Formats: sequence, C-alpha cells, structure tokens
Amino acid sequence: MAEFPPPVRRISSEQAPNVVDPATRQEIPEPIARALAPSYGPERLRIDEVSIHYAGSARPAVNRVTLPVRQGEVLALIGPSGCGKTTLLRSLNRLVELTPGATRDGRILLDGDDIDQLEITRLRRRVSMIFQQPNPFPMSIFDNVAYAIREQAMRRPGKAVLQPRVEKALRRAGLWDEVADDLGRPALRLSGGQQQRLCIARALAVEPDVLLMDEPCSALDPISTGVVEELIHELRQNLAIVIVTHNLAQARRVGDHVAFMYLGDLVEYAPTEELFTNPRADRTRDYVQGAFG
Amino acid sequence: MSVPVGPGGRRSRRDRLLGELRLWRPLDLIGVGAAWLVGILLVLVAASLLIYMGYRGLQYVNLDLLFSRPQPGSDQSQTGGILDPIVGTLMIIVIATAIALPLAVGAALWIVEYGKPRWLARVVESGIEVIAGAPSIAIAIFGLAIFQLPMFSWASFSAADGGGVFGRSFIAAGTVMSLIAVPSIFATTREALQSVPRHVREASYGLGKTRWATIRRVLLPTVRPDIATGTALGMGRIAGDTAIIVLLLGATLQLQAGTDIPGIGTLQGTGSTLTSYVYNNSPTGEGNAPEKAYAAAFVLMLLIIALNVLVAFIGRRRAGNDLPR
Amino acid sequence: MLRSLFRPLTDRRAERMLGATAVSVVLVIVAMIVFIAIEAWPSFQHNGLSWFGSGKDVDAELGAMVNAGADPSGDAYQLRAWPLLYATALTTVLAVGLGVFIAVLASIFIVELAPPRVRSIVVPVVRLLAAVPSVVYGLIGILVLVPFVNDHLINEGQRESVSYVITLNGPGLLVSVVLLTLMITPIMISIVVDALTAVPRGWREGALALGVTRWRAVMSVSVRAIRPAIVAAAVLASARALGEAIMLSMVSGSKGFSPQPWDGLIFLFEPLRPLAATIAEQSEGIAAPALKSSIYAMALVLLVSSLFLSIGGSLIKRRLRLGTAR
Ligand SMILES: Nc1ncnc2c1ncn2[C@@H]1O[C@H](COP(=O)(O)OP(=O)(O)OP(=O)(O)O)[C@@H](O)[C@H]1O
Ligand SMILES: [Mg+2]
Repeated sequence: MAEFPPPVRRISSEQAPNVVDPATRQEIPEPIARALAPSYGPERLRIDEVSIHYAGSARPAVNRVTLPVRQGEVLALIGPSGCGKTTLLRSLNRLVELTPGATRDGRILLDGDDIDQLEITRLRRRVSMIFQQPNPFPMSIFDNVAYAIREQAMRRPGKAVLQPRVEKALRRAGLWDEVADDLGRPALRLSGGQQQRLCIARALAVEPDVLLMDEPCSALDPISTGVVEELIHELRQNLAIVIVTHNLAQARRVGDHVAFMYLGDLVEYAPTEELFTNPRADRTRDYVQGAFG
Repeated sequence: MSVPVGPGGRRSRRDRLLGELRLWRPLDLIGVGAAWLVGILLVLVAASLLIYMGYRGLQYVNLDLLFSRPQPGSDQSQTGGILDPIVGTLMIIVIATAIALPLAVGAALWIVEYGKPRWLARVVESGIEVIAGAPSIAIAIFGLAIFQLPMFSWASFSAADGGGVFGRSFIAAGTVMSLIAVPSIFATTREALQSVPRHVREASYGLGKTRWATIRRVLLPTVRPDIATGTALGMGRIAGDTAIIVLLLGATLQLQAGTDIPGIGTLQGTGSTLTSYVYNNSPTGEGNAPEKAYAAAFVLMLLIIALNVLVAFIGRRRAGNDLPR
Repeated sequence: MLRSLFRPLTDRRAERMLGATAVSVVLVIVAMIVFIAIEAWPSFQHNGLSWFGSGKDVDAELGAMVNAGADPSGDAYQLRAWPLLYATALTTVLAVGLGVFIAVLASIFIVELAPPRVRSIVVPVVRLLAAVPSVVYGLIGILVLVPFVNDHLINEGQRESVSYVITLNGPGLLVSVVLLTLMITPIMISIVVDALTAVPRGWREGALALGVTRWRAVMSVSVRAIRPAIVAAAVLASARALGEAIMLSMVSGSKGFSPQPWDGLIFLFEPLRPLAATIAEQSEGIAAPALKSSIYAMALVLLVSSLFLSIGGSLIKRRLRLGTAR
C-alpha cells in the first residue's frame, strides 16, 4: 500500500471563518473515529482535490473535494439538494463521463492507482454502483443476479456455475428467503424494496471492492429501508461503502464517517458522532439541526 | 502533487485501449466493427448517390432545358426541355397540399381536443395508419376507379363519342395524391398538440374562451411550426411519388388542357411531373432519353433536398422557441 | 351533461366540423377497400382459389386479357398469379431481412458509438436516404447497377445455361433487393433509433456500473429491451417493400418468372416481377375488362396485406410505448 497524507479538510476562502483549522482536526477525530467504528481497514479509495464542471454552468458542481474511503467503513455523504453528492459519487467509477460536457479535475486513486489509468471496464468491476431508483433489468430475478457474472465472462458460464453464486449474492442481500421459490419471476414484479435489494445482490454477485450507493432508500418504505440499512451494516466488513443520503438519521445510523457538502464544497468531514454532536462549522450545525436544506 | 502514483503507474493511451479490448469477447469486437462499417457505408452510399446525381445533373442541366417545353422525338437531342414536368410537379404539390392540410389538421385537432366517442377516435387513428402503410399503387388504382365514374366526369374529360370518362387529370392526381401527405401532417400535428401542456389550455378556458376559440387563438399558433414541418415532409412525399402520377395524370409530355375553359381546363387536363418524366425517359419507359432523365432526377433531388433543409430549419427554430415554455 | 347543452353553438359546430374531416378520412379508406374489392370480384370469381396458384405463364395470360377486348368470355379471366406473389414475397423478405440487420447495427452506431460529430452527419444522411424518391433509385438502378451486373457479375456460361427460358441481362433479383433494402432501411433505422434512445437511462448505466463492456451493455440490455420495436420496424418496412411498384418495375426485369434458390448463384440474376410493379405496368391496358379486374384483384391482395402489416406494426409499437413508459 502506498502511504498517503492524512485526510485534509479544505478551507475555502469564503468559508474560512466557519471552518475549523485542519490541524486541530487531526488531533481529535482519528482516535474518536477508531473508537466508534470498530474495524478500519486500509484506505481503498482516495478522492484528491476533485472538481467537476458541467458544460454551461459557471460554478463547479464539485469543488476541490478531498476525501478518503476506507475498507470496512461506511462513508455517508450528506448535504442539501444540488450540492454535488451524486456528481461526486458518479465520478468515482467514471459514470460521470457519460454526461456530455462534464469534465473532472483532480485525481481519484483506487488502491493507489489513478482511476484514469485503469481500463474503464475493469474500474467499474471493482467500483460498483447502486442507484437512487431501483433499476432491475427487464428479465427474471435469476438473470438479473447472473447478469454481471455472465456479461463479464469471456465465455458464457453454465447454469451450474451460476446457481451457487446467484444464491450467495441473494443471501448476502437478504433477499433469498423471499424469492427462492421462484427465481424465474420477472424482476420488475418485485416490490420497490425487493428491487433495490435485487440491485444490491446483482452488484455483490461479482464481488466489487467498493460499493457506491446513491440514496438507495429514497424510494423505499421504512421497513425496506431498515432491511437495506442492516444489509449495509453487514456488508461494510468486506467492502468500502460510500452512501449518499438525504436522511440525516440514516447517515447517523449507517455512517462511520460523514462528509457534509454544500454547493459543491466539502464543508466538513468527521466521524459520525462527532459531526452530529459537535459540528465544527456553522453551516454543518445549521444543516444537522435542520435550520436549512 | 505530493501523492505518489501507485503500482499501476502511468500508462499510455494505447496500453489502456488494448487492456480494455482484452476484456471484450471476440464476437463483440466483430459486432463493433460491423456497426462502424455499416455506419460508414451508409454515409458512403449516400455520398456517392448524391455526388453521382450531382455530376450527371450538372452535366445535363442547363437553363435552356429548364425553361423549354418537352417535345416528342426519338433522339435525345430533339426532345426539348423539362418545363412542363416542373410546372406539373408544382401544380400537383399545390393541389394535393391544399386538400391534405385541412383534412389532416382537422383530424388531428378532433382527435386530440375532442376525441369522443373514444372508439371512433381509435378508428380514425388506425385509418390514418392504414393510409400511411397502403401502397401508393393501390391508392392510385383506387383513384382511377373513382375518377372514371360518370359522376366525376367534370374532373377530367370524356371521350368525344360519349364513351367512358378518361379519369386522368391534375384534379384526379392531385386529389388522390393528397392522401399520401395526410399521415405525416396528421402525425406531427397530433404530436405537437399532445405536447402542449394542459395548463395552457386551462388558462385559456379560465379566461372564458370556448374550446374552438382556444384552438384558433392559442393552440393553432403554438403548433404552427409543427404543421409546417409535417407539410414540408408531406410535400416531399408528394413530389417523390410516381405511381399515382403514372396512373392518374395521363403522362402526356406537355400540359394538355382537358377542356377549353381557361385555367380550369388545364386542371382537367393531363400532363407530367418530374417523377413520371424520369420514369418514362428511363430505358424502361418509351422515351429512352437517359440524359433528360438524369436532368429531371437532379432537379427532383434538389427539390427534395430543399424540402428536407426546410424541415431541419423549422425544427431548429422551433427548438429555440421551445426553451422558454 | 348540462354544461354541454349551454356550450356556444360555434363550439359545437366546430366539433362536428372537425369530426367530419376525421371521419371522412376513414370513409376514404373504407371506400378504397370496397371499390377495389368490387372491381376485383370478377377475377376472383372466375379463378377461385387457383388465382393464387401457379402452373401457367402469367405474362401470356395477361397478354390474352388485353386481346380479349371489351367483352371478354369467362376464360379470358384466367390468371395464375403465383409468380407475382412469390416475387413480391421474395423481394420483401430478402430486403427486410437484410435491412433489419443493417438497421440495428446502424442504430447502435448512431446512438451508442458514433462521436457527436459523426452522428450529426449520419442522421441527416439517413433522413435524406429515406426521402430519395423511388424513381431516382430506379433510374440509378437501371442506368448504373444493371449494366454493372450485366458486364461484371454474370458470365456467359450462366447466360447460356438458362437461355432456353430467360435471358439474363442485368435486371433481376439482385439489383431489386439491393435497391429495396436501401429504400426501406432508413425507415427501420428511424424507428429503432427512437426506441434505443428511449431505453431508460437507468438500465444502461446500471449495466455499465456493473463493469460490463459498452457493447455488451447495449446488446444485453438496450437491444434486448427494444426487440418489439425491431419487430415493428420490420413489419412496417415490409408494408413499404411490398407496395413498391415503380422502382421494381424499372429494375426487376419485368418477367413473370419465379427465381429458384436451388439454381445457385444464377438465382440472384434471374428476372421477376412483383405484384405492385405488375399493376403499374399493366395499368395502361385497363380498358380491357378482364385485365382491369385482374389488376384490381392484385391491388386488393396488396392492400389487404399492407393493412394487416401496418395495423400489426402499430399495435406492437403502441405496446412498446406502454412498456417503456416507466
Ligand atoms: N447532467 C447535468 N448537466 C448539467 N448540470 C448538472 C447535471 N447534473 C447535475 N448538474 C448540476 O450539478 C449540481 C450538482 O448536482 P447533483 O445531482 O450532484 O446534486 P445532488 O447533491 O445529488 O442533489 P440531490 O440531493 O437533489 O440528488 C446541481 O447544481 C445540478 O444542477
Ligand atoms: Mg443526487
């Protein structure tokens, strides 16, 4: 593993009075974070001074953000609508490149490799994404979960190879018991919560290193949300997870670290409890106390 | 940057591309190749078609040809110009559009704004789809049956000895040709009407306007560019159709008045258009004057391209106007 | 109910007026089918089901009808239209089969592969190809392609081998199918491109985010999802192909002959004449009642088949629209 400098919080000039000095940040959070989140693995993903511009808008959608993502932790991105959370997330597996006119500055490192230097397909095999709207393909449940296994392989694997892997993925996503009796059912007939867990199973089937989740529960009812959150809790043992959420309670429940963004800037990055109980920046305090957003 | 590059290091663009391609199945690479090939071939075919027609056209078209009337003759050098086919094409376009436009717009307005009873609306829609799919040769032969009926004797002329109605004239061809243009005008108008947001209509009703007033004052002006687009498309189809002309315009070289009434006589009479002129002067027809056929086809292509450009132009302007909506 | 009574008169009149135009369009179609059927009746009546059969020389039969004069006997109506039906089906199936293949690849190219600048060239090119009048294709076919086929593709041995039935001199199946494909492919491309662009973005991005290559994502998700649109495109293009008269009468060789695939390569050069082209060519002799009825019978067959195809195609398309509207 390459050594990286410790996470740095950027101080943007206009917000300087509100933001705590990064030096003090170094002293406090790490021990607390270690105490709160049980098992930090190595750093998997590093977002380094990343800015993203969309053609036709004057200010960047993401403005020089620096963040680490570690194995075994969940990083929750919060912030008011339009602050660039989705954009940042989509840049992590270069999906943002599908948007014509979007440009990125800065670097993103996956296990020390600049993702621009990786083959885009290989990158996306390692950094998978769950979308806000469940998007199962119009095929059977089995075919959905087997989809990536089949399509990534150079030669189509047989059912005997697929069956155990599909079952394992469905079990990890906590969906197996509900669908085991009929895997041939069209995936689009599942409920919204089941569809979202199916999408998670679909991603887990090919065992990514990093899982990006863009408001995975926004289309779900509270019960399904609970199931997905529990799932996230279990998954973080083996995966680095970045989750975008509007739901502060959810960020608090599932996040090990929380990053608060505002108008493209990263305002504060801290261990979850610290950010919610003792925010350093006024903006963060206002936001977590519901003063705006 | 102080951050070191990881074990992957920097790689050239070529390395990355090759690495990416190694993840592709051979069949997929063939597929991509085929798709590119087809795309490029399409462009090449269209380009060679255009260049060839342009080359032949410039070779044989001159002002004299455009403005002199065609003459019968067995040798190409004596068969005169293509003035009458040009005039004939324009006449057919005008007649057919004049009939098709109110029909298609009226039908579209009724479907979108009234559309009750529901089953009738559905019948009308399928009816227009059937017209769109009907072979123009079948429409043409139907027209011939109609215009040879004694009740339509006024539309063409009858044999001097009181025999059958000839059934072929500008009126006949233009009327039947209007059917060809109805589907495209109908489709664009209907789509445009459907995309007018509901609140626009409600605002108008809110001001106490009746449905009809709303249609005339609000909806029609809004969808006018779309009607224009559909009409230009329809005109293209009219200008390009041969079957109806061959069967229903009599395919005489020159415009020949059907009766002595000035003006109307021409409408009752026969003639030719660019398409029928090309058809008749190709080696399959009787004329066999390929140079003249090329010239007429070139003029026809110019007309079609002009209509296409017009459509694109209206489309672009409308796209600009759409934004504030 | 009550409100509608108090609506101003002009409004109700407007509704009736607009409704009348809409209905008149339908009446025209009904009239079309009825008129053509009436005129076609004698031909079907005299021939029964053997109208669709084979065994006689169609061209000779059609010639006899012209000669039979204004008051033909029942025998003059005899027609075995199989070669014409076969020619129509053959050209249509080959052109549509080839066209589907090309259209799908071209659509993928346009929507997924082409850089924006290339796309901005290809799209108008396709639109233009769709707008080229059939007579222009026919002209190029007869003056350029047919001589080429005659001079370079057909050899003397082939000519000799069939000289006792037909002459191979260029026009025929190959040129017909090539031009027909060129004519109908743009129609299919526009339908398939529309469908491909309407594939929900989530599916495509979902596939890409799973580390599937771009091409596999297109084939396994987008193309799979738009299969109904591809069918609809093929069906609507068939309606167009089977009605094409002018271009085919120029380049088909205009002979009531049935090219047989087991003739080997010669098959491609053999002349034929589809129904629509027959109507266009024979329409001059329409004064002869027997021929007139035969022509209308052919038109009826064409019209009914195209009617089924276009209604079927639009049903599939409508189902598709409902399916993807998520
Ligand atoms: N495709 C695009 N083209 C241009 N601008 C875009 C595009 N997508 C997003 N933006 C802009 O970038 C900014 C950030 O958008 P983004 O979707 O990342 O916000 P978000 O934080 O995910 O918001 P939300 O919480 O509502 O999902 C917004 O100002 C948005 O208008
Ligand atoms: Mg978002």
